[in-house]
Amino acid sequence: MCGIVGLLVKTPALREKLGELMVPMLIGMTERGPDSAGLAVFGTPLAGNERKISVYSGLTEDGADFNWLGLGHALKEHLGVQVSVEPKGNHAILSFDVAPAIVKRWIAEHHPKLHILSTGRSIDLYKDIGTPAEVAARYGFSGLTGSHLVGHTRMATESAVTPDRAHPFTAGEDFCLVHNGSLSNPNGIRRMLEPRGIRFETDNDTEAACRFLEWRLREGDDLETALQKGFEELDGFFTFLMGTPDKLALIRDPFACKPAVVAETDDYVAIASEFRSLAHLPGIKHATVFEPAPEEMYVWNA
Amino acid sequence: MERLTFDLATTPLRELNTFLHKDATDGKARHVTVLNPDGAHNIAVGLDAPVEVEIVGHAGYYAGGMNKAASIIITGSAGTGVAENMMSGKVHVKGFASNGAGASSHGGLLVIDGDAGLRCGISLKGGDIVVGGSVGSFSAFMAQAGRMVICGDAGDALGDSLYEAVLYVKGSVKSLGADAQYEPMSEADIAAVASLLDQAGLDHDPKAFKRIASKRSLYHWNADANQEY
Repeated sequence: MCGIVGLLVKTPALREKLGELMVPMLIGMTERGPDSAGLAVFGTPLAGNERKISVYSGLTEDGADFNWLGLGHALKEHLGVQVSVEPKGNHAILSFDVAPAIVKRWIAEHHPKLHILSTGRSIDLYKDIGTPAEVAARYGFSGLTGSHLVGHTRMATESAVTPDRAHPFTAGEDFCLVHNGSLSNPNGIRRMLEPRGIRFETDNDTEAACRFLEWRLREGDDLETALQKGFEELDGFFTFLMGTPDKLALIRDPFACKPAVVAETDDYVAIASEFRSLAHLPGIKHATVFEPAPEEMYVWNA
Repeated sequence: MERLTFDLATTPLRELNTFLHKDATDGKARHVTVLNPDGAHNIAVGLDAPVEVEIVGHAGYYAGGMNKAASIIITGSAGTGVAENMMSGKVHVKGFASNGAGASSHGGLLVIDGDAGLRCGISLKGGDIVVGGSVGSFSAFMAQAGRMVICGDAGDALGDSLYEAVLYVKGSVKSLGADAQYEPMSEADIAAVASLLDQAGLDHDPKAFKRIASKRSLYHWNADANQEY
């Protein structure tokens, strides 16, 4: 089991309340996923060449005491890169205006236990082990702002309970995916992608789906074409919810083995595994509530 | 007390279900209204008394499951497994129902005004199901007894491996499952559909329905079939 949640606000004024509206959605899915939780939030993109990465220090010896400002200084000293650092315990967002690969390579060499959670112009990503309420409090999810987000509560079945195996997964830039279900051919997908130079970070089945779809997007597919290829190549049970800088997308396997429900009003589109995560939303009693059909694509624009 | 209201925003679900199992069975209330169900699981399961329960809003998984004698109305949608294993009585969903609606029902009537998800009426054992909208794939899979009336369309593999349950469909069927076949509508079929539509409060011409039942070719193992049915 696992829980997924997604929220896209149509009314610009609600961007300030994105996190506040979402936290009860995430906590509502605690019974479906009590062991880990995570969330990717999309906001106003950085300008031009600027990029940001979300970095997790929970696997280092210093954990939440990791010296993030020291890391910022070291990057400036060694790479001559101006880095702005927003630390939050075992998590930090680093922003800079060079190719992210340069920064990530330096971090991998000098701090191999730091885990890069996401890369892009719009995306910030948080995930850790713990109950959804604990993880939400750890990173102050209720204060998050932005246009849309994708969240997940995990009850692990396919790989161990560790922060890097929590969802969302990311690949490339500004793309993330959460998954409720289990794939039956993730190793086949890996064997197909690895010779193409695509590197995996965990043994998790969801990572295979995430890297497959991001690979298709990078190869030039639009989101709908990539999802269609996903239906053809990915075997197993899934409800996938994906985020890009301007879209939320949802698909379910042909057997609809894993649940999803959508509530839409003039102000927002909210998605969750079950209605109980939507019940608190403003205006929900008059929202259009429906169950997305299996093997259909649902794409909402931010 | 004739009429009672439970607000699940302030009252634990267990209190409601305990009341329905004990006091309602003793005749202490004939009508129970449930407010703010908010997708909670197991609302009004296992009832065993002719009580009327109205759930105002969206119910979660297994609402009205194992129902016996009670009449349960859900004004919103219902999650997975609504009225599963119903023995008697009636469950009426005014919105849509998710997967596995009415699964294994032995008796009673399940009415869904909207669409039903996949596997509606799977392993039906004698209950009746009327769906005002369409049903998803694999509905009535291995249904053994009882009837299903589908006013909209059906997805793939309708009635796969049917036993003695009978299905009536007004709309289009994407595909029939193994061993299911169309059969002519008899006068008794038309009367049965008319009666079920009437009980469900739905207005359709009973003559517009097609009958689907088992070919019974899977009843006995055929070694020469080469796994092709």
